[in-house]
Amino acid sequence: MSSLTKVGQRIPKKDAPLKVTGAAIYIQDMKVPGMLYGKILYSKYAHAKILKIDTGKAEKLAGVRAVLTGADVPNNFKFGFLKDNPPLKTGKVLSARDEIAAVAAISAEIAEEALDLIEVEYEELPGIFDPLDAMKEGAPLIHEEFKSNVLKLPWKLVAGDVEEAKKASAYIAEDSFSTQWVTHCCLGTSGCIAAFDMNNNLTMYSNTQIPSLAQNDYLEALKTFGLKNKRVRIIQCVIGGGFGSKLDTYAYEYIAILLALKTRKPVKIVFSREEEFFATSPRQCTITKISQGCDKDGRLTFREMEMVLDNGAYVSWGATTPSVMMVPISSLYKVQNIKYVAKCVYTNNTYSQAMRGYGNPQATFAIESCLDQLAEKAGIDPLEIRRINANEPGEITPQNFRITSCGMKECIDEVANRLDWKGKRGKHNNRGVGMASLIHVGGAARVYKSDGCGTIIKMDDNGKVDVITGSSEIGQGSETIISQIVAEVLGINIDDINVINNDTDVCPWDVGAHASRTTFVAGNSALGAARKIKAQILEVAAKNLGEDPQSLDIKDGVVFSTKDKEKNIPLSKVLRKVHYSLGGRMLVAENFYDPPNENFDQNFRGNLSVSYAYGAHGVEVEVDKDTGQVKILNYIAAHDVGKAINPMLLEGQIYGGGLQGIGYALGERMIFEKGVLKNGNFLDYKMPTAKDVPPVQAVIVETDEQAGPFGAKGIGEPGLVPTAPAIANAIYDAVGVRIKDLPITPEKVLRALQEKGKIA
Amino acid sequence: MKKAITFTLNNEVIETEVDPKWTLLYLLREVLEMTGTKEGCGYGECGACTVIINGQAVDSCLYPVMEAEGRKITTIEGIMLKSGELDPIQQALVQNGAVQCGFCTPGMVMSAKALLDEKERPTEDDIKDSIAGNLCRCTGYVNIVDAIKSVAGGR
Ligand code: FES
Ligand code: FES
Repeated sequence: MSSLTKVGQRIPKKDAPLKVTGAAIYIQDMKVPGMLYGKILYSKYAHAKILKIDTGKAEKLAGVRAVLTGADVPNNFKFGFLKDNPPLKTGKVLSARDEIAAVAAISAEIAEEALDLIEVEYEELPGIFDPLDAMKEGAPLIHEEFKSNVLKLPWKLVAGDVEEAKKASAYIAEDSFSTQWVTHCCLGTSGCIAAFDMNNNLTMYSNTQIPSLAQNDYLEALKTFGLKNKRVRIIQCVIGGGFGSKLDTYAYEYIAILLALKTRKPVKIVFSREEEFFATSPRQCTITKISQGCDKDGRLTFREMEMVLDNGAYVSWGATTPSVMMVPISSLYKVQNIKYVAKCVYTNNTYSQAMRGYGNPQATFAIESCLDQLAEKAGIDPLEIRRINANEPGEITPQNFRITSCGMKECIDEVANRLDWKGKRGKHNNRGVGMASLIHVGGAARVYKSDGCGTIIKMDDNGKVDVITGSSEIGQGSETIISQIVAEVLGINIDDINVINNDTDVCPWDVGAHASRTTFVAGNSALGAARKIKAQILEVAAKNLGEDPQSLDIKDGVVFSTKDKEKNIPLSKVLRKVHYSLGGRMLVAENFYDPPNENFDQNFRGNLSVSYAYGAHGVEVEVDKDTGQVKILNYIAAHDVGKAINPMLLEGQIYGGGLQGIGYALGERMIFEKGVLKNGNFLDYKMPTAKDVPPVQAVIVETDEQAGPFGAKGIGEPGLVPTAPAIANAIYDAVGVRIKDLPITPEKVLRALQEKGKIA
Repeated sequence: MKKAITFTLNNEVIETEVDPKWTLLYLLREVLEMTGTKEGCGYGECGACTVIINGQAVDSCLYPVMEAEGRKITTIEGIMLKSGELDPIQQALVQNGAVQCGFCTPGMVMSAKALLDEKERPTEDDIKDSIAGNLCRCTGYVNIVDAIKSVAGGR
């Protein structure tokens, strides 16, 4: 592997020059001739009857081209995971982000003005904002037609015999933990432009992270609107951040489509920052009861968890996060007896969606906090209990995950050594150290029936290469990683590769940028395509050089004989030979990679991912006992990544994920009052700034995953998974209080210290 | 009622008519169609709209357009070198992996540039202060701070 020249290198991101010069075009920057501006009127209340909507004045405003209400949505169209969400609501609103009406006008200002002219009469209804209240006997039903506020989703995992294991355990720790609503805070807000051609085929300019799936969603919508057999084309602008927020389609997109249909003009809707806060779908809050046990030597005997998730008013992918929570619940450390039950509950809050980590952070917070409690009961160092139970290659876990490469122990040891665990732990001098580990899918995740990605490679333009991939660039660097892989195989420079990844008319199928899958799946797909086109090139070159293809290779754009370096031919010439010969041909290769992973069966067994990503985070904190302030003195994030295709971009994922995790642990929280977001701005929602960055080290552990492209596994999400419990554990080591409710604010620390009687 | 103003934009004198209610950002993005300067919030809390006015990094989304009168304004479109090469700070951000989605990047460039123009040898605290008003959700800021340091250290 040492002969690699592109893979493993710290190569700058291909699109960085475009971005540092301001030349990158985001949806905000995009204009289409004749375009109108759409704006949405949201509900005033979280739960209310809509008695009357009067759009008369708005319609008469000069420059307004269309006003829509729920009555204009054809055939009762609803979208979402359980198809419970109409793009414009009629009759009743179920959350404060419910869309009531929409306007298209010749300017954004006029559209805004028109919204003010729409008169809505409501009758406010009592709302339910706590999932525990919603579960009570006799609680009013959010969706009457579903007969229950608990979603009919079967989240239950049982393996082994937890009751027996409890009896056999020497030590048991149990407690409750809770987490808060947090939001993605993409710097580029959501938006789209919907445009129809004469034949009612739709083009969406979009920043979706799931182009192929969104295409299907829109097609369904068009069908329901009565437009059969139409085509949908999605063109992605440069995407100003994803983190899971763009893993579904939303009301605003269907509203733009409806406005475009009605006006016969392209319609653009872009969210304001305020809308981005309250009208996008965040990571839900959870309430978790957990109990874990071990034998007298510290070996884990069982793990039992019960979880309630606030789903909010409508169902998106947030309601499926328990499927990924199961990954750490069943398989973080070796533990054979597992019981997990999760309930997703309708409330009148905003509705939840995917966010980086997809449920894993909430589950890991409970598991890893409770593991320290167990270690304390058993009188074992938290580092040791983790080493004793660490996962290993070759293991088959209770969910039938087949563990291939696994660097968990190495990660734990890196953290311990770099933190000086032995020297710093247990001092109780207001400084303390803590750690937490993680497992996540690292070789894709078969959530849908397909987990595939297609690649087409063509060589034209004097030997330059176009790589047409289904995968999306959402800032994570997929374009660069794919280029490195292709360049490595073809022996050409990164700059000679052009990646096309933003147009469904051209790009092949892919199920989206999620599950940390892009390097693994799109990388493998591109690797296969590159090998295929290389074989074609060598075949042509072999004929021309009078050599056998096996003894040819390519370097710096020249095909040469490994036996006789004098025998060589540049790629541009190879290309000319295939074009300018009788019976000529093209140099094109295509490859579809669908990983050999498995959907869960009805008992949630199955090898969800081809390989699993591991890591451990360690942190040293100092707690100010007078203020409750927690200061991070040192942060170590060690990750088993298989192989770093690009260490620089990989570290960027770890730093970025880590700081999101620190925000989650110590400050970020969406504050709702009666379902209305009260801190929907950057002043009151405490997203970390440059001044909140602690000294941090990203440690890359390579384990050479056989199924990964050049040995790589995914790293998109893991960086924020173990952050909160690592910090909570360090605080406990420092001052002896355990905060079980995120975020860990100074007030909570102070209160806990007071309760403990440590402050006079 | 529109009013005439004159100011220098990226070394070019601009005479134009503006609505006094506009912000400078509105003039740049919507009227002049210079979309390199981004809008991340529109109320002074994210720094994506940062431009340099008479040497100072300023949130253009809060800056009343009439205030531009007679001033010297530099935007992201105006800092590439005459040779067409990237400014050293742009180069450093590229080389250090300091760009992910890139939405914050033009604002980061301008804040960092204002600092580097003002101070020969900024400290780490100076650097963090200079971009404290520029939010980035992707990078964790580590590589951005390193990039700015590398420019400061390299001269
Ligand atoms: S857009 Fe000006 S500070 Fe956010
Ligand atoms: S690179 Fe995405 S916000 Fe900074």
